[in-house]
Amino acid sequence: MRIALFVTCLADTVFPAAAKATVRLLERLGHEVVFPEGQTCCGQMHVNTGYQEQAVPLVRRHVRVFDPYDVIVAPSGSCVGSVRHQHAMVARRAGDVRLASRAESVAARTFELSELLVDVLGVTDVGAFFPHRVTYHPTCHSLRMLGVGDRPVRLLRAVRGLDLVELPAAEQCCGFGGTFAVKNADTSTAMLADKMRHVLSTGADVCAAGDASCLMHIGGGLSRLRTGVRTVHLAEILASTEQGGTMSERSEPVVAS
Amino acid sequence: MTRTFLGMPATAPAGVGHLRGEEPFPAAARRALADAQLRRNLGHATATIRAKSAGVIGEVPDWERLRAAGSAIKADVLARLPELLEQLEAAVTAAGGVVHWAADANEANAIVVDLVRATGSDRVIKVKSMATQEIGLNEALEAAGIAPVETDLAELIVQLGEDRPSHILVPAIHRNRAEIREIFLRAMPGVDPELTDEPAVLAAAARRFLRQTFLSTSVAVSGANFAVAETGTLAVVESEGNGRMCLTLPRTLITVMGVEKVVPTWRDLEVFLQLLPRASTGERMNPYTSMWTGVTPGDGPQAFHLVLLDNGRSAVLADEVGRQALHCIRCSACLNVCPVYERTGGHAYGSVYPGPIGAVLSPQLTGVADNASLPYASSLCGACYDACPVKINIPELLVHLRDQAPHPRGEAAVMAAAAYAMDHPALYAAAQRATRLSRLTGRRGRGLPPPLSGWTAGRDLPEVPAQTFRQWWAQR
Repeated sequence: MRIALFVTCLADTVFPAAAKATVRLLERLGHEVVFPEGQTCCGQMHVNTGYQEQAVPLVRRHVRVFDPYDVIVAPSGSCVGSVRHQHAMVARRAGDVRLASRAESVAARTFELSELLVDVLGVTDVGAFFPHRVTYHPTCHSLRMLGVGDRPVRLLRAVRGLDLVELPAAEQCCGFGGTFAVKNADTSTAMLADKMRHVLSTGADVCAAGDASCLMHIGGGLSRLRTGVRTVHLAEILASTEQGGTMSERSEPVVAS
Repeated sequence: MTRTFLGMPATAPAGVGHLRGEEPFPAAARRALADAQLRRNLGHATATIRAKSAGVIGEVPDWERLRAAGSAIKADVLARLPELLEQLEAAVTAAGGVVHWAADANEANAIVVDLVRATGSDRVIKVKSMATQEIGLNEALEAAGIAPVETDLAELIVQLGEDRPSHILVPAIHRNRAEIREIFLRAMPGVDPELTDEPAVLAAAARRFLRQTFLSTSVAVSGANFAVAETGTLAVVESEGNGRMCLTLPRTLITVMGVEKVVPTWRDLEVFLQLLPRASTGERMNPYTSMWTGVTPGDGPQAFHLVLLDNGRSAVLADEVGRQALHCIRCSACLNVCPVYERTGGHAYGSVYPGPIGAVLSPQLTGVADNASLPYASSLCGACYDACPVKINIPELLVHLRDQAPHPRGEAAVMAAAAYAMDHPALYAAAQRATRLSRLTGRRGRGLPPPLSGWTAGRDLPEVPAQTFRQWWAQR
């Protein structure tokens, strides 16, 4: 299958390992991955911060860039959520009915990674090997906006060597919320503190999730406290094999205090 | 077709009532977050209610259909609100009640004060009511020399503690039993000085105090959960029986009700009386459901006044996205599941309507500029939308209101620049490469400059990689 990668601005810029892993994984499963070059950002930050008008050109760009493709995948529940639940709304509010209907069409062909694997490609055992103790945080937008349900967990359970431990209070938000983490930094940190407490209580080496943004938040906290627990994107775990190695590229956090 | 534009309906006036906070949410939240006792009390209480509510909701096989029905009834009500209110007025009047229309808090307070004065009573007993908290009725009564006595246990704790309610359903949720004992010892008339902090002992003390008040006060003020337009019937649901006492014992009953509380038919109550107790207190059936229609000679209050309150609701109704906030049945399920509310408590929201529903209702009632920080008091996690028994899409509303909020000038400039760059791929790629400079600021140990310093106060920054994905892809 020919699959267009919607890389997301965050993975492109800060967490390319998750995007590269998505490419490696899909190619290993026998699919052709293409990267439409004109893509930038879906505009979610603008919409969620109160700048819908400025998101209109970004929605228009996204729709134009991805319209030619039958299947589109992103390693992010949040960005797919924005495409599915915000793009048509933004276009409609701007009075562009035609853009709204094209946006709905693109949204119907856009999948979060675990949705693509389980629903479109019909695979739960992707042949991965990842010999670590892992706990999984279901990110809010994949859980509630997309309703990915247990798809990521089913994929993780099929990974050889992986010891999956349940995260207490898993469905509580980690406190990221985009600009929320900056505008309400204290509340966000209080939410993060509880999330980290639960992650540490599992004894896991790795906290996994399907969104680089939430992982950046949780990982930033775990690193600040020198907990020795790292965050890894679901795509990187699923891309890992006995042959290909499991350590992929890791980014070392900058110490910022 | 010609239309006469009559202008936008007015928002709730400033200077009266409790819809506006004294400081923005982040500042108020910061103080609340530092209160370890508050965090413990709230964490314990919300977790308990969440579990209880989830259990009884799980028992109902048609819960999703009930939610859809509740939402549909409310949408219908809002679509023909003027007609239903006139129908309600006619039915209440025919049953011997008197209907008053109050455009805002000032008018409602003046109407109630005049009605109480006319009875000659210098005290009223009150059933817990969000509408009267919203308009600051207690302060207006006190200013007129009339003593209001809250009879709901938690509301009484708040009143005696000279405190503010912090939850729609459990206004003293931020207090534990040791604190309640201290408040009673300090402020409850005639309290036993040997009072312990056993819940049953505390409840008994309140009961003794309240019983005397019930039997010696001739005027009651209540809110309303529902009003049936076809019959003129008012309904109050409560758990303690204090409401039943207030609604049946006094000679005069005055009910203050937000206009959106009307439902078309008696049968519509079947939906809400299933949704409300399970979503709010986690009970299968509400303990005390009181309903009355006008005046019944020789039984119950012999004078009944209904004050229909707008106070910004027509302005909310005028916004076709925002109006769904008027579906709210004040169950507080969204508060109990909200990770922000659980940590900051209700006072941080400034308004009597805290939590997710408060973050979308208060700014609409007052105008967004007067509560500009509230739409941002959410991580948009969506737990509130899933929990709402009448399916108010709170995340959608938050985003909608953020669009109307005044924006800081610096932020607006950054957002405009970002949007421009993101629509020009060459510029975007250059900006991506520039983010690598952030490594240097980080390494020097300063973290990010304000307003981004909030991030580095508690979290490390990820190292920006040497190569972006698109550079890697181009070289593949």
